[in-house]
Amino acid sequence: MKKLRYSSRECGAPFSFTPEESRAIDSLLGKYATKQAALLPVLWIVQDRMGWIPREAVEAVADLLGLSTAFVDGVLTFYTMYNLEPIGRYDLQFCTSISCHLNGADDLLAHCERKLGIHAGETTPDRKFTITEVECIAGCDRAPSMQVNDRYHEPMTPEKLDALLADLAKEA
Amino acid sequence: MAYEKVLLARIGKENSRAIDGYVRDGGYRAWEKVLREKPEPASISETVKKSGLRGRGGAGFPTGVKWTFIPTDTKGKPIYLVLNADESEPGTFKDRLLIERDPHLVLEGMMISAYAIGCRRAYIYIRGEFWDGARILTDAIREAYGKGYLGENVKGSGVELDIVVHRGAGAYICGEETALLESLEGKRGQPRVKPPFPAVSGAFACPTIVNNVETIACVPLIMNRGAEWFAGIGRNEKNTGPKLYCLSGHVNRPGVYEAPMGLPLKDLIFGDEYGRGMRGNRNVKAVIPGGASAPMLTAAEIEDCPLDFDGVAAKGSMLGSAAIVVMNEDTCIVRAARNLAKFFAHESCGQCTPCREGCPWLLKVLTRIEAGQGRPEDVELLLPMARQMNNGMTLCVFADAAVGHVVSTVPKFREEYDYHVAHKRCLVGAREEVVA
Repeated sequence: MKKLRYSSRECGAPFSFTPEESRAIDSLLGKYATKQAALLPVLWIVQDRMGWIPREAVEAVADLLGLSTAFVDGVLTFYTMYNLEPIGRYDLQFCTSISCHLNGADDLLAHCERKLGIHAGETTPDRKFTITEVECIAGCDRAPSMQVNDRYHEPMTPEKLDALLADLAKEA
Repeated sequence: MAYEKVLLARIGKENSRAIDGYVRDGGYRAWEKVLREKPEPASISETVKKSGLRGRGGAGFPTGVKWTFIPTDTKGKPIYLVLNADESEPGTFKDRLLIERDPHLVLEGMMISAYAIGCRRAYIYIRGEFWDGARILTDAIREAYGKGYLGENVKGSGVELDIVVHRGAGAYICGEETALLESLEGKRGQPRVKPPFPAVSGAFACPTIVNNVETIACVPLIMNRGAEWFAGIGRNEKNTGPKLYCLSGHVNRPGVYEAPMGLPLKDLIFGDEYGRGMRGNRNVKAVIPGGASAPMLTAAEIEDCPLDFDGVAAKGSMLGSAAIVVMNEDTCIVRAARNLAKFFAHESCGQCTPCREGCPWLLKVLTRIEAGQGRPEDVELLLPMARQMNNGMTLCVFADAAVGHVVSTVPKFREEYDYHVAHKRCLVGAREEVVA
């Protein structure tokens, strides 16, 4: 079940948008009838750079779009893909919805948890891997399906996962 | 006569997503014809109505009729078209295929639909997890601009159209059209009170049409081949056209299959062109015919079940997003139901009390039963709990969907539930022990 969180962590450094990001935001604002509608894409811009959405960025985004920080927090915490704290370099997202469940997803997830010594929702101490349990990602015909960051790896098996983890662990 | 694929005709082609190949295969011909002849927009809605096209996202509402709900006088407000590419119903993966492999078919459908309803800016609301899909659509839109199919004065016709890709960020409920619009507006994706319906007051309080990806992909086909052609495919005049079926679970060959609307469910599972039967020749125990929201059918019920809106409804379930999940005889139904309950407990948006509280309660009770810790009264508790959730006391149909598995599996597979409670373990496993 979703962990209840009402805001994100502080990163301890001031946040401001780069000139390039500001240009992207200006162009976004032209695409919607309200400034507020740019909220999801602007949060994506933050997460693309930071890997998560720190408190300081929430304040900058709220200020930019003329919203309260409470409102931005409300939106931020509603969606599962915005990270409220830093995560590992590789986000291992295992689908455990029905079609993947019927094809061994629970065992695959447990295998990964054992292998990395962490549970779903946790990050390895070296900050390399985070395990995330996700709901259906439309890979049902290639079950069990998973994504590593923004790429599908499907169908996945414990053996293929071991090889993938070994590959990723090698990368600096 | 073999059925000619039209929706998936280009899927297997090399580099099927590039605009040049799409144009070479006759793509954008329908859009060019519209731009050249500038037909009365209402005539396109009329054609779509005549084709019998019903929404492929799950509700099955007639698309052409939906379009005519846009008020004739919008009092100066812009009209929006929003493509629902939030495909999230467990078991569903057809829109992902269309987006990733034939994005221009989807875009051409949007262009014609936008013209039909008088829209000058259309949005694609795509679920955040479809990273590739969003990149592919963004590239395809750039290509379409390059070839002059989008812009301020498309091909000198005076028609103006822009398409914007808007990514979601992880929330199943955003597939519900009013939740989707809230999310598009930068809010929590929580369904709105209806009426007003989006056609009257949708995105930014303006008239808005929200259509599913597969629905929109049918539009260029209808324009090219005619409403009669489309209406001539399918089981009857209420269930027409080509249809994509998502087959998954314990079958030999899962995948997206195109067939005329009304394909018999058993053909999909066992047919040589489709699923090629059950893995390991096991028997079918249960089938979900329309995604996680659809009540389960037993092996006996699939015997004579046409896969169309009315055919599946006649069996007490629904076609939904045409996600057919097949479970073999070794499947523990209680465990499967618990898995579905986990999904809905995770995804309830939290707005309405019966759903916000009911979904986790169902999960709790099912988890208890499945783990062999069920109390004697637990099985009796499930149906009354479901009735507190699907009695119309919520803003959207999520709660109805969330109890679909309970209202079907408790009566149909009662012995499995009772066995779990009485023997503190699974009937399926116990049978295997006896055999061994």
